[in-house]
Amino acid sequence: MLVWYGELTTQRNLTRRGLGFLGAGILWLLVFLVLPGMVLILVSFITRGGYGQLVWDYTFENYKRFMGFSVFGWTADYIIIMWRSVWVAFMSTLICVILSYPLAFFICSRPEKKRYFWLTLIIVPFWTNMVIRTYAWLLILAPEMPLAKLASFMKLIPPETPLYPSAFAVYMGMVSIFLPFVTLPLYSSIERLDWSLVEAAQDLYASKLRIFMQTILPQTLPGLTVGVILTFVPTMGMFVVPNLLGGSKYMLVGNLIQQQFGTSRDWPFGSAISMALMVLTMVSLQLYRRRSKEVDVI
Amino acid sequence: MRRIPPFVTAMAMFAIAFLYVPLLAVGVFSVNATRYGLTWKGFTLDWYIKLLQNEFILEAAWNTLVLAVVSTAVATILGTFLAIGLDRFPWGRKANTFLDVVLHIPVVIPDIILAASLVVAFGLLRLISEVFEPGLFNMIIGHITFQIAFVALVVRSRLVSLGQDIEEAARDLFASTPYLLRRVTIPLLMPGIVAGAMMAFTLSLDDFVISFFTAGPDSITLPLFIYAAVRRGVSPQIHALSTMTVLVTVFLIIGIERFTRK
Repeated sequence: MLVWYGELTTQRNLTRRGLGFLGAGILWLLVFLVLPGMVLILVSFITRGGYGQLVWDYTFENYKRFMGFSVFGWTADYIIIMWRSVWVAFMSTLICVILSYPLAFFICSRPEKKRYFWLTLIIVPFWTNMVIRTYAWLLILAPEMPLAKLASFMKLIPPETPLYPSAFAVYMGMVSIFLPFVTLPLYSSIERLDWSLVEAAQDLYASKLRIFMQTILPQTLPGLTVGVILTFVPTMGMFVVPNLLGGSKYMLVGNLIQQQFGTSRDWPFGSAISMALMVLTMVSLQLYRRRSKEVDVI
Repeated sequence: MRRIPPFVTAMAMFAIAFLYVPLLAVGVFSVNATRYGLTWKGFTLDWYIKLLQNEFILEAAWNTLVLAVVSTAVATILGTFLAIGLDRFPWGRKANTFLDVVLHIPVVIPDIILAASLVVAFGLLRLISEVFEPGLFNMIIGHITFQIAFVALVVRSRLVSLGQDIEEAARDLFASTPYLLRRVTIPLLMPGIVAGAMMAFTLSLDDFVISFFTAGPDSITLPLFIYAAVRRGVSPQIHALSTMTVLVTVFLIIGIERFTRK
């Protein structure tokens, strides 16, 4: 017998009732999240049949192929795509952070009543469908628009051609989609910033860089961490942006996975690539874990 | 209020322009009177009128709504009870860690991995039952799977901030479990539940990847429709549809803000 918050009950009773509460939800997550995850791992080790069906012969072939080994010798294609995804994710996150600091400081500097307006201005794109926000760049980068005209004037591209598909277009799309993901958590950190530390640093003639590195950065680290995780991880697996704006010129791992489950119908190979992406995700989360311990992701 | 250097303001304006210029372009070209190309040929609302006559779009809108409403309803119920079960009962440390990890998976992994695993899982489930053919049913399952985690996390944070005092008082006064739930816990949790449900709803409306992987030919949603249309080439009608979607988003956000600030 024990007293659990005002109720006289037994451990077994509590366990039974607790399971009643979370049973359905946990069962759902086990059946449709954990189990499919296990199946994905399993499928990454089997063989694709001639018509795209699954043949249960266990093999490391899919991983070997991903590392570039095939009957024609070794190619770095898949590794390049993987590396490129990490690079794009890193650069996009960096650009988002660089743009977010001024933006968040700007919103915090507004009078309190007007802050809601500016915050709503950031939240609207945050909740707008990413397909729309991605394809909107097709208009901005079209040959009739000033950006493409400028680029062709500077002889960067031949006249009358759009600025997509290109790496540049992919970056534009990624940054505009994920900018609010960094700005919003960063804003909540900057709002609580203790300015007396900044003033103290100023009184002691610290350089601007040093003021930022030693007073602002440590205080905003929790918000920054959330923003970076929310940006870096999804950009690695993104496939709408590279598909619409990068085309075959600038493929990322997301496109590669989608191809295997779509046109190529090679589930085992697709599963192996997903596993590689999963490992990358875990590694990057691990690198961040120590700092993110104090912060919830939401 | 604090003064900030002008270049910070300039950067902030640049960032806002970066977010809005593409959306504005979509809005502008949605009222452009030409069918092809991006030159301005005069103002028209024809594309909006045609939108309402296009049965594919109306069907896609209907599918989107059904998907969002059904999945949100299920996910909110399951997620709320999951949160209560997690927070209000003495689980061991190990069990807690395990539950925590499972709950955070959909939040942190790239959604394409969840989509891929669902494709494979449904593919195998099809061997057992025809219900799992690609279509609305599979999409609903997929959406619920990532929504549950978000609802549970939002509701749980509300549970934690509420504390257990009031429930303990109710127990001291001999409230039974259903009574406690109905008259104390759920009413106190309502703001958290509503916030979680709204989050789940917008996540469902926003989702592209999970839907793209699990949809069948009869269950096209608006994001899927726009994506397919854009791959064939952009058209003013798609601009009109996108502008409408953005406007609905704006109204939803203003509505939510009004609701939560009260």
